[in-house]
Amino acid sequence: MSAQGTDKPMRTPLAQARGLGSAKDGVHHWWMQRLTAIALALLTPWFLWLLISLMGVSHPALRHMLGDPRRALPLLAFVIALFYHAKLGLQVVIEDYVHTRWMELTLQVITTFACAMGALTCVFAIVRIMFSP
Amino acid sequence: MATPERPLSPFTDIYRWQITMTLSILHRITGVVLAIGAFGIAWWLLAVSASDMRYVEFTDLATSLPGRIVLAGFSYCLIYHLLNGLRHLLWDSGRGFEIKQFYLTGWTVVVLSFVFTGVLWMLALTHGGSP
Repeated sequence: MSAQGTDKPMRTPLAQARGLGSAKDGVHHWWMQRLTAIALALLTPWFLWLLISLMGVSHPALRHMLGDPRRALPLLAFVIALFYHAKLGLQVVIEDYVHTRWMELTLQVITTFACAMGALTCVFAIVRIMFSP
Repeated sequence: MATPERPLSPFTDIYRWQITMTLSILHRITGVVLAIGAFGIAWWLLAVSASDMRYVEFTDLATSLPGRIVLAGFSYCLIYHLLNGLRHLLWDSGRGFEIKQFYLTGWTVVVLSFVFTGVLWMLALTHGGSP
């Protein structure tokens, strides 16, 4: 965090603290990290089992299997939880280790956009697998 | 304004090595690695959805020696992070805070992470008919 400078601040400590995030926001972050963790703890073993069972399958058969809603829907849940969880985790790592404000902000923006695009790419691909012949 | 030499809060090099600190930093490192790996899954799904040619390009890369080394790394990170994540969820429930329990669950995670990764690759190499 940057220092206030040598001038005495005219604003009260409360006014300076406002808008920098509240306790509720932190709890929301913590809660979503756990919620996605629980989802991933359940879906990751399933995903690994899916990968093993798909090995050596031809491409058309693979498309057919992944397009089945019984696999496509948990897969959608998995990739969304995965990128959400990744975003929350990367955010904390950046907050903890990057102390130059502009660099921290830039990295937060980049990782958030990248994770959003990653999730959207997966959703797009799964939808394409489901609905294109 | 005078800035006297003030004591810093203890940093990692102050402490004697303990397994708990290693597992903690490994949780972060594997987490960052897996965030990168998540884009590998996006790549795979995109290749499957695109065309036969794109899919073959992907599998050729994934089953090459460098590809397999990268996948082995990702799979270990995934299983480690998953197991140690369960440890975190145990703590979140208010349990496992005795020193003995830290060591027990910690070493359990270390052993199981290698066992499960080994089992996964045995299944992958025997079960799958891949070249």
